[in-house]
Amino acid sequence: MAVDRDTVRRIARLARLEVPESDLETLAGELSNIIGWVEQLDEVDTADIAPMASVAEMKLRWRDDVVTDGGIPEKVTSNATDPKSGMFTVPKVVE
Amino acid sequence: MAPPTGSLTELTLAAARDLLAKGEMSAAELTEAHVAAMEANRGLNAFVTETPHVAIEAAKVSDTRRAKGETLGALDGIPLAIKDLFCTEGVQTTASSHILEGFIPPYESTVTAKLKAAGALMLGKTNLDEFAMGSSNETSYFGNVENPWRRRGDNRPLVPGGSSGGSASAVAAGLCLGATGTDTGGSIRQPAAFCGIVGMKPTYGRCSRWGIVAFASSLDQAGPMAKTVRDSAIMLGAMAGFDPKDSTSADLPVPDFEAACAGGVKGLRIGIPAEYAVDGMNPEIAALWETGKAMMRDAGAEIVDVSLPHTKYALPTYYIIAPAEASSNLARYDGVRYGLRVDADDLTGMYEKTRGAGFGREVKRRILIGTYVLSAGYYDAYYIKAQKVRALIARDFRDAFERCDVILTPTTPGPAFAMGEKSSDPIAMYLNDVLTVPASLAGLPAISLPVGLSGDGLPLGLHMIGRAFDEETLFRAAQALEDAAGFDAKPARG
Repeated sequence: MAVDRDTVRRIARLARLEVPESDLETLAGELSNIIGWVEQLDEVDTADIAPMASVAEMKLRWRDDVVTDGGIPEKVTSNATDPKSGMFTVPKVVE
Repeated sequence: MAPPTGSLTELTLAAARDLLAKGEMSAAELTEAHVAAMEANRGLNAFVTETPHVAIEAAKVSDTRRAKGETLGALDGIPLAIKDLFCTEGVQTTASSHILEGFIPPYESTVTAKLKAAGALMLGKTNLDEFAMGSSNETSYFGNVENPWRRRGDNRPLVPGGSSGGSASAVAAGLCLGATGTDTGGSIRQPAAFCGIVGMKPTYGRCSRWGIVAFASSLDQAGPMAKTVRDSAIMLGAMAGFDPKDSTSADLPVPDFEAACAGGVKGLRIGIPAEYAVDGMNPEIAALWETGKAMMRDAGAEIVDVSLPHTKYALPTYYIIAPAEASSNLARYDGVRYGLRVDADDLTGMYEKTRGAGFGREVKRRILIGTYVLSAGYYDAYYIKAQKVRALIARDFRDAFERCDVILTPTTPGPAFAMGEKSSDPIAMYLNDVLTVPASLAGLPAISLPVGLSGDGLPLGLHMIGRAFDEETLFRAAQALEDAAGFDAKPARG
């Protein structure tokens, strides 16, 4: 299925990815090629096949519901732009 | 009597370990020789960050420890390079992306912590394709990595493969005794083949993923890249093991992989899957595959034909699943908690501008593909379909391993190519991984080792795939092939 400019614009918005208008056409072409190529999977009969999410044949482990780490806000925010009082900051969300 | 300094970078990891143990060489002189080689070969651009002073200091501490009759573990005093996808406490970790430039992790990945606990020293962080997305190391924000090999009579730079291209180039050029890599669809094995070294992807779950920058979580697996099969086995022994911080880490004991290398292949059944003779395979590689079969037969193994009927669907399956998982994993890079932030008037604008400026072209392409295949209306047609085909690919391997113990194939359809030669066509680039991706989808251990040279003097690799959590048999078979091949060619640089 061909991916057009509007579709690229829409999925870029979903992915929170700024894509310049001038790149939309090229990306639409590249994405169409890739999507067209992966569509060869339609040839494969997958009736009655369960989808495989992971190769790890294991049950997730339980552990006690206790705090195992923490109390290090300065370390946690050490890579943030403009942290204040051990907290992350973002542009104003609510007026 | 210590060997002359010039040869210290030519030692294997096992030989260096033995010299250190016998007191015939100090970790400091070993490390200084590798630091000098690293600095003399900056033209390869194998490292994003060098940490020579930390390495030399740690080497001196190792020597002092050893003088007291103590050692930490199997790698005490051994200088290694670490792919810049492993978080290292206090040392910049970039994933070769602008969006993580300047990120200093306040914690250490489990794999690098285990290597340090075994006494290994870190020379620096190696370059890679941005977020490990690429097969030529041409998508790094920090520039292309060069392969130390050249075609005979042709001085054009060649790619080292990817995504672990810096690690492969550094090992091949003798800048370190071994390096860590990560493999999602071939990112250890393909660059190992292109650079004439050994690269091993363990079973999914064998090494902890904790602290490794995530690309596709159901596929990502750390592994060793080294000069020999034995060196890889030694490194894996130190990297592997259960980690409660990774929910898919396998709670299994770590076997003695080095001891397994000596097992020999008498009576071992080596499977040859006809479907791996893919269109466009270089005739020299097809011939090498035949040579490999003969070598294994001569070493006492039995060659059997096996069938992996869904092989041709592995790559398109991968290029749905890996971008889908990547688009989800890379959602965390939003400018809020770490890495690049590009300011905007509102929060959404900040996310979009940060991500638009911080990610390179291939990463954006994969985020968009992943978002598309996971979006409403397409989820079943693409993502669920790919997961079903993945189940069939895994079933193919289970069936094949009823008839054989190890599968032998080429690693790549062709040898290393020139920079820029394939970067204009994403699908042509993706085809580099056509022979390595199936084992990734099935979570199986696999190893690439150099077996011969092309007519124009480039290394060519063969690839072996084993049963889940049976790395020991894989090492046995790989050691036998390495012994038979006797590959001793050296690259032009390094």
